Amino acid sequence: MDRSLFITGAAGEGIQTIGDVVARSFLVHGYPVFVAQEFESRIRGGHSSVRIRIADSPRNAPRRDADILLAVNPAAAAQYADALNDGGLLIASADQTDDAVSSPRERNRLSIPFSPLATEHGGEEIYSNAVAAGALCAAVGVPFAVLERVLSTTFEKRGEDVVRANVVSAQAGFDLAVERLADRRPGELPSRDATYAFASAHETLPIAAAAAGCRFIAAYPMSPSTGIITAFAREPELGVFAEQAEDEIAAVNMALGASAAGARAMTATSGGGFALMAEGLSLAGMIETPVVIVIAQRPGPATGLPTRTAQEDLLFAIYAGHGEFPRVVLASSDPQDAIDLTIRAFDLADRFQIPAILLTDQFLADSRSSLESLVLPEEIPPHHLVDPAGADDYVRYAPSDDGVSPRLAFGQGGYVVVLDSDEHTAEGHITEDLTIVRPAAVEKRLEKGRRLRAAIRPPQTDRTEDADTILIGWGSTRNAIAEAVDRLREDGRKVGAMHFTELWPLPDIRTPAAALWTVEGNATGQLAQLLRGRLGWSIEGTLGRIDGLPIDARFIEERLP
Amino acid sequence: MTDIQRYASTVENQWCPGCPNYGILTALKRALAGLDLAPHEVCLVSGIGQAAKLPHYANANVFNGLHGRAIPAATGIHVANPKLKTIVSSGDGDLYGEGGNHLLHAIRRNPDITVVVHDNRIYALTKGQASPTTPRGERTRLQFDGVEVEPAQMLATAIVNGCTFVARGFAGDLDGLTDILSRAIVHRGLSLVDVIQPCITWGHHPVEWYRDRVVPIPEDHDPTDRARALALATDAVDRFPVGVLYELPPMTAFAESYRARVGNEPLYKLSRIDRSTLERRMARLVVGG
Repeated sequence: MDRSLFITGAAGEGIQTIGDVVARSFLVHGYPVFVAQEFESRIRGGHSSVRIRIADSPRNAPRRDADILLAVNPAAAAQYADALNDGGLLIASADQTDDAVSSPRERNRLSIPFSPLATEHGGEEIYSNAVAAGALCAAVGVPFAVLERVLSTTFEKRGEDVVRANVVSAQAGFDLAVERLADRRPGELPSRDATYAFASAHETLPIAAAAAGCRFIAAYPMSPSTGIITAFAREPELGVFAEQAEDEIAAVNMALGASAAGARAMTATSGGGFALMAEGLSLAGMIETPVVIVIAQRPGPATGLPTRTAQEDLLFAIYAGHGEFPRVVLASSDPQDAIDLTIRAFDLADRFQIPAILLTDQFLADSRSSLESLVLPEEIPPHHLVDPAGADDYVRYAPSDDGVSPRLAFGQGGYVVVLDSDEHTAEGHITEDLTIVRPAAVEKRLEKGRRLRAAIRPPQTDRTEDADTILIGWGSTRNAIAEAVDRLREDGRKVGAMHFTELWPLPDIRTPAAALWTVEGNATGQLAQLLRGRLGWSIEGTLGRIDGLPIDARFIEERLP
Repeated sequence: MTDIQRYASTVENQWCPGCPNYGILTALKRALAGLDLAPHEVCLVSGIGQAAKLPHYANANVFNGLHGRAIPAATGIHVANPKLKTIVSSGDGDLYGEGGNHLLHAIRRNPDITVVVHDNRIYALTKGQASPTTPRGERTRLQFDGVEVEPAQMLATAIVNGCTFVARGFAGDLDGLTDILSRAIVHRGLSLVDVIQPCITWGHHPVEWYRDRVVPIPEDHDPTDRARALALATDAVDRFPVGVLYELPPMTAFAESYRARVGNEPLYKLSRIDRSTLERRMARLVVGG
């Protein structure tokens, strides 16, 4: 089984609620779902969709086509009509005319009077969403008892009356769908004894940050990063102090102040906010103070497409900031990877006393995967502040073989710690010594970068042994690429994949002996540029997606020569 | 009382000989000594400029960060370790110009930090351009026909926005400034001290010109009287009432609710969040069965 449901409507019409209830119904029934969202940058109106993919085993990658299209308003039916597969089912309001779906292909249609049923059974029009969820569950073979259970849990806190109104409205939608679908209705899906962890990368990331010992976040709200600081604010048990800064400049400087005083600290933003942080990034490099910066990417330039997805900020993350200093750039692929890389970002930042940048994107932020398990690693590296008992006459930037000096927080152990954004002596004071101190300081920073490079993990490979063509990706495209490899292999093509999650400093890897294509959410092939320029690889080209939607397997399949 | 030699720095001072910044430095050291604070209990934070070099000239923790960004850094330092006395000491261009937005929002946040503004009414390190406090009409090395905009009234802005400690000092009055700084450091919440610091290189008037125009605020001034405080803050361009203009009883300081949960220790001393708490949180993500 591999089914795709699109729930479509305008912002403010509650399609997220429908999507959540239906997705959870599948999960409760024992089926893994993948739920992605795309929406416009507005509070009400426009077009948006929640896309649910159901399979027998987790398939956490987007599909662009729908087997069932639920449209809560006529405009949505028209907007998304082309996504509906031949023979697919359109579920739409009874007051919508069939003209709403203007396609020459024959359509299956299920008309459900969402609002009238909601008013009749639930007592208010707002229960239309429950009616829609009921109809959708009937159309896909989820038993009503399962939906009822999910509605009860979802609305428990709103009181018994709200639960009851939702349940009876959903029942009305379900029953009418059963009646109208008649023999078109698929058989009931058998219940399965399976549980899945269901989360987005931005839901697991804050938990991992807390596990890594993060105690401070300052951030300015910016889509699609805002969920990260929100999670800390909503969940005091994570123990992280969360402050909404007046701008991203303040956010990164607050985080650096907190870090210098000994707290593991982070900030989160998108490309535009990161642009404002560039000077702070350079400061982190100069004062050798760890900080973790999450960049949740969206399409640019400038404001770009605020609620859409892209991978356009890889080179920006690598090259941002004036002057020369080491930094690490990681990119998460899924919710488990977000856990591992968040912990890794804090560890590398702290170990090498550098800024660590973790790239995510709107797709990762707003899509939930089902995974067999989600685990926090058993061993989480310790904080790398040194024991002040061993320090004698403490010197913050004491020379060392690896360029990393023992780090104390301000006031720790009775010592004074001096940090300066100017070029500085080992003691941390301003210097204009151009012959000894400056060259040594530059070399110290470069040496850290060399050691860091040796610590970077190589890319993961997938079926590259016999491959004559290798698709190279980074970050959020991993599962779509793996699915494309599956499909291309079914067609007899010897395709493999290589996936980077640790991108900078780029480790030294031999060129694979195959035709190499990068798959990226950008137009200019940013990873391809790095691989060519830094590793001397010969890259055939880039399969780049720039329309703000996530890369799916078919996108790759259609474009690979 | 501690000897101010405790705060002596061996770093060579780069200020112009005779600069009133020396007065601010001495007053600050005297205030710290008077409060019996050890160097490691103090964190001096600055941005960029001649004034921003002050932290190097005192023995204490130092965060000499970016131009205009001392206040956000100090805010982070204070949250991470409220036991430190965090003192921002930087210039008017740094704190009122490049970082003006941060000052405004720091006043709203009210972290327990002290902000000392070396107000010389000029950009000195960049060689004589107008600062936010340069009087209208004054000719500079960039505003050749004279400054055409009004000077910023930052003390009034602080009062209007609820800052609970607003003072003006004079770098030429060591005793008076020491007293103001001591009170500012002790005050719980954000304390703003604007210090008149005549620039002896680029300024339009010598130190004595200012000394003649500095007047102590009236002894009967009630520092909780907002209207009067505003009047003193916005007195004539060539008259400088000096002293604590405005002081309210401490209000809730920044991060106090967080500190009520985790205690007052530096954050690096806290043990990590209990693994079982995090495991329970992870378990909440599991659906099905």
